[in-house]
Amino acid sequence: MSYLIVIAVTIVIYAIVTVSLNIVVGYVGQPNLAQSAFLGLGAYFAAIFSTRYGVSFWWTIPLSFAVAGVAGLGLGAVSLRLREDFLAITTIGVNFVVVALFQYMPFFGGATGMYAIPLPTIAGHQFDNTDFLIVGLVMLAVVVAASFHLERAWFGQSLAAIRDDEQAACSVGIPVASYKVAAFALSAAFAGMAGSLYAPFLSVVTPTSFGFTESIVILSMLIFGGLGRIRGALVGALMLGALPEAFRFISDYRLLTFGVILVLMLRFQPQGLLGEDSALSKLASRALAAFRPQAPPLAGEGALMEKGTSSNGPSRD
Amino acid sequence: MFVSSLVNGVVIGSLYTLIALGPSLVYGLLRVLDVANAAALTLGAYIGLEVYGRTHSLWLAMLVAVLVAAVFGLALQRLLYLPILDRGPLITLIASIGVFIAMEEVFRLAFGPYRLEFPATVPLPTVHVGGAVVTGVQLLILVFGLVVLVGTWYVLRHTRLGLAWRATSQDRLTAQAMGVNTGMVIATIFLIGYGLAAVSGVLYAVNYNTVFPTMGDIPAYKMLAIIVLGGLGNPLGTIAAAMLLGLIETFTVAYAGFALPRDAVAFIVLIVVLLVRPQGLLPAEAGNS
Repeated sequence: MSYLIVIAVTIVIYAIVTVSLNIVVGYVGQPNLAQSAFLGLGAYFAAIFSTRYGVSFWWTIPLSFAVAGVAGLGLGAVSLRLREDFLAITTIGVNFVVVALFQYMPFFGGATGMYAIPLPTIAGHQFDNTDFLIVGLVMLAVVVAASFHLERAWFGQSLAAIRDDEQAACSVGIPVASYKVAAFALSAAFAGMAGSLYAPFLSVVTPTSFGFTESIVILSMLIFGGLGRIRGALVGALMLGALPEAFRFISDYRLLTFGVILVLMLRFQPQGLLGEDSALSKLASRALAAFRPQAPPLAGEGALMEKGTSSNGPSRD
Repeated sequence: MFVSSLVNGVVIGSLYTLIALGPSLVYGLLRVLDVANAAALTLGAYIGLEVYGRTHSLWLAMLVAVLVAAVFGLALQRLLYLPILDRGPLITLIASIGVFIAMEEVFRLAFGPYRLEFPATVPLPTVHVGGAVVTGVQLLILVFGLVVLVGTWYVLRHTRLGLAWRATSQDRLTAQAMGVNTGMVIATIFLIGYGLAAVSGVLYAVNYNTVFPTMGDIPAYKMLAIIVLGGLGNPLGTIAAAMLLGLIETFTVAYAGFALPRDAVAFIVLIVVLLVRPQGLLPAEAGNS
């Protein structure tokens, strides 16, 4: 049971990062192959401030959020000067540079990273895995709610306009530059927030856990589930996160599986499993239209997902 | 110290040239950043090692490695890149990263995660130049680098293939309409690019006496840096950038004792250059408009 909870927390952390990545890649259509670097920044700052300065877990959450957000601002500013594949290469570079900083700067604890990160406490008792799961689900709910709101808000609509045609968006008065930067910052900040959970949950952070391949794993989850869709990000993180655990034999072939899935999806089903116009999504929205849930949905993640999916039914637009 | 750094820099630059030239030519044609090309480097090294272990002939090892890698490249462009070409440069880039990661895992599963030795001897003498020692392998790398430099210049400027490459890279559809067999040009470029990657894989493995599944990592990302620095779609610029990067890296490590590893240096240089000169150090003469 407790093993299942550990897996669940891992998947929830992946889900938060995948949904956060969706803001930049899905909504604004900008490449970002460095999302795990922002997760890493959040995790590192949470680790450093809780072990060295005794900052409580609850304060490391906004701290990690802010630090990663500022880093995201930087990448957003860079994205204004570069297009498509140039930006993609730059984000790859950012990933390597961040890992190198973790490895070589004494502030980040060098190659061994940070360890013995204290468990958070709540009302006097130390966190167990269930507490981590609850906090993780709350964080996920916040990120999903924010994304969900974003999709419908003026800001999110503008991001979609920027994705579809930047010049047209500019001509109707959308502040393209500041919106792009804001999207990068928000996306990075959410990933950083996940980092503040990651650090005490694993109790160690090492430089190589936030490398380029990890960014690709997160991107695979998003592409597998369906770019630009919250449900896609959630399902992608859930399925690809659970896959190595569900099938023991896969765990040794984890990266191979991710690589192959990435290639096959892009080759044959670039919308992902649940993206717009994907075969499964059409089927699902038809099914959902037939069985509209009568009872109010339960709680947290489920409720938000339900709303997210049903609003994509025939009633949309 | 100066001369040996210079020699080392040029040797590394030549290796980078062999690695980056294929993807640079491919980028010019298709606007695909072909990261998977670096998988051909590792593939070449492993195939070379297998053949060398059986025959003890470095030339035969190289030949077989080139053939296998060329077939791999041909299959990749036919089965993956061409069908998804219309979906834009990002999709193809991410797909090629997927291929690259999957291939690395295949190498790990097939040959094991450890470093294997490649104890080949090159039938060339060790040369002393002004206090620097140039080993036989390094000499071979320099020769290959020079051949590729001259060969690229000659092929692009003075042959029908070069003309077809330049026409296709300017506008694929128009070139096709004018009777250029663009499919053939693309296939040939992939053959050459993956063959060169295999050669550089064998040379790399012999030079450092090691073969391991992730040996393509650093070349893969550095190759991207080099292609961009040289001006996308400009093969001669790529060669210049490869040499420059080899020299800069070697000299910063030798003299400045930079706090960051040399691989991070490459990326910092890349990011700075991209921000200041997004079109690359040298403008693309035959690049896409």
